[in-house]
Amino acid sequence: MQTLDPTPSEPPVLVEEPADLVPPKSPRRIGWARRRRALSAFWKTYRRSRMGMVGLVMMILFILLAVFGPLFVPARNVSVAFATGKPFQPPSLQWPLGTDNFGRSVLSLIVVGSRISLIVGFAATVVTMVLGAGIGIASGFYGGKTDTLLNALTNWFLVIPWIALAIVMASILGPTLLNIILIIGITSWAGTARLVRAQALTVKERPYVERARALGGGDVHTIAHHILPNVMPVIFANTVLTVALSILAETTLSLLGLGDPNSISWGGIINEAFQAGALSAGYWWWIIPPGVMIVLVVLAFTMCGYALDEIINPRLRER
Amino acid sequence: MGRKYLARKTLHALATLAFVLAFNFFLFRVMPGDPVRLLARGAATHMTPQRIAEIEHEQGLDRPLPQQFVVYAKNTLTGQFGISFVTNESVTSVIGRAIWPTVLLVGSATLISTFFGLWAGIKGAWGRGSLFDTTSLFGSLVLYSAPEGWLGMILLIIFVGTFHWFPAGQMSSNTGQTGIANVLDVLSHLFLPCMTLVLGYIGEYTIIMRSSLLEVMGEDFVMTARAKGVPDRLVRRSHAVPNALLPTLTLVFYSFGFILGGSVIVEAVYSWPGLGQLTYRAIQDLDYNVIQAVFLLFSLAVIAFNLAADITYGYLDPRVREA
Repeated sequence: MQTLDPTPSEPPVLVEEPADLVPPKSPRRIGWARRRRALSAFWKTYRRSRMGMVGLVMMILFILLAVFGPLFVPARNVSVAFATGKPFQPPSLQWPLGTDNFGRSVLSLIVVGSRISLIVGFAATVVTMVLGAGIGIASGFYGGKTDTLLNALTNWFLVIPWIALAIVMASILGPTLLNIILIIGITSWAGTARLVRAQALTVKERPYVERARALGGGDVHTIAHHILPNVMPVIFANTVLTVALSILAETTLSLLGLGDPNSISWGGIINEAFQAGALSAGYWWWIIPPGVMIVLVVLAFTMCGYALDEIINPRLRER
Repeated sequence: MGRKYLARKTLHALATLAFVLAFNFFLFRVMPGDPVRLLARGAATHMTPQRIAEIEHEQGLDRPLPQQFVVYAKNTLTGQFGISFVTNESVTSVIGRAIWPTVLLVGSATLISTFFGLWAGIKGAWGRGSLFDTTSLFGSLVLYSAPEGWLGMILLIIFVGTFHWFPAGQMSSNTGQTGIANVLDVLSHLFLPCMTLVLGYIGEYTIIMRSSLLEVMGEDFVMTARAKGVPDRLVRRSHAVPNALLPTLTLVFYSFGFILGGSVIVEAVYSWPGLGQLTYRAIQDLDYNVIQAVFLLFSLAVIAFNLAADITYGYLDPRVREA
């Protein structure tokens, strides 16, 4: 993980523990010690970025909200059949963010919705990264005809307007949560693949890859132990930014009416409000708060992503 | 401009287009649920079985796959996309009516957001760390994080619902006025949806321009110009900005697809009678012929814009066309 080390000018500390106290080090232990050092140096640099730290704190708060928040919401507060409030109530002490057309508390809906919004964001990112890294590495590592073919595919997906593709696919496949996750992943892996391919191309030419090959390492070994670890730092920042984009994509699809009607997400709440005529009736409390949550969570992941990018990508470092 | 460069780029665009056509064909035939059942799930529920069979025959759906492809290719290339299952009109004429409002909306929004985005990016990068830079960077990030549809709803709540400054939706008041009064009427309807798209994309352009200029500012020729004693204003205007503008404008061209996509939901929010609203309605009614046609049209527009970007770039930057 050499590329992760942000301060190559400082000589690495070679002796951490007194040599006579520790048994002879196995390669594995040396490896872990090196990783720990790289990580702590990385954290030191990251901590200096105010944008990155604000983003990180917000991100953790949102994750906590999504994991634990729904546990504190009584089920009847978000149930269409058993909601206790009157419909369309403006914010009050009893309903801090008012109620929707079924008399459900908008605040409760938002807390419950955080889980779906984040799950879609993370799951779609996993799909994006697996597809992007897989295709990018295969393309860069194998070269030749494979590369030509996969590169053409990547370029095609880069050109096609994602929303048009997503609309076509969602309207055919039908609006379920799994489909939405897959569609977001399928329409957004191309950027990652291009990034990974470029990095795989340079890593492939390094001497240690040649050495591994000369010692009899097969494709799987070379990719798993040499290419992938060196591609990881490059896609790390990209991953965090992809979560933000995936959450936005889920919102867009929900607003278009292509969201899963059976689960509550922030985009879905706004869509329901829009469909129920909240705009002309002036039910602002039903529309503004879920959007603010989307802005904040996307902002959090974007700020983290930019901060990471600035550390990892040496071209962006302050001159 | 090298003829070879031009030919290669054009060929590439055509190949992409061909792939879009093939993809569109297979998407509707190979995906789970054959087209006939898709029709039945959507608007076709109120059609007689006889009518469905007729439509199937018109679109060649009752023939084997290779023949279907021939029919599909012929229909698409001659601009026949069948009929809209909702209005029973031909899709071509529905789209023909919707195309100009979208060109007006997306065109004006692209011009305005590009202009102000580049301006803010240049000003920000040149005074890196200044109050203007930090505010515009933060503002850009916030705007970038906001879904366009939601932004549109907020503007609607504020400027139409609360202050009643602008008309609510549509493209004109339909009072039959002509001349300058009509132009002003359309402009007052255009203002809010256009501003929504501008707000939605200006942040991205600001960030792109800013980082592009920051990169150029670290180049040797900028330092040389400074060392020669060229005044700051001139270094910016004749040395730094032109070099940073080139990659930025290409990215702006490339991001055309996004602003086009954003127009779908914004047009739906403002009932702007363009392609976006057409798409939105088609999604609600599962009007597949319209959805397919819009997909092709959007892809065509984006491919054309990318080609235009490549050609402009090659024309302006000799390093690219020789590579």
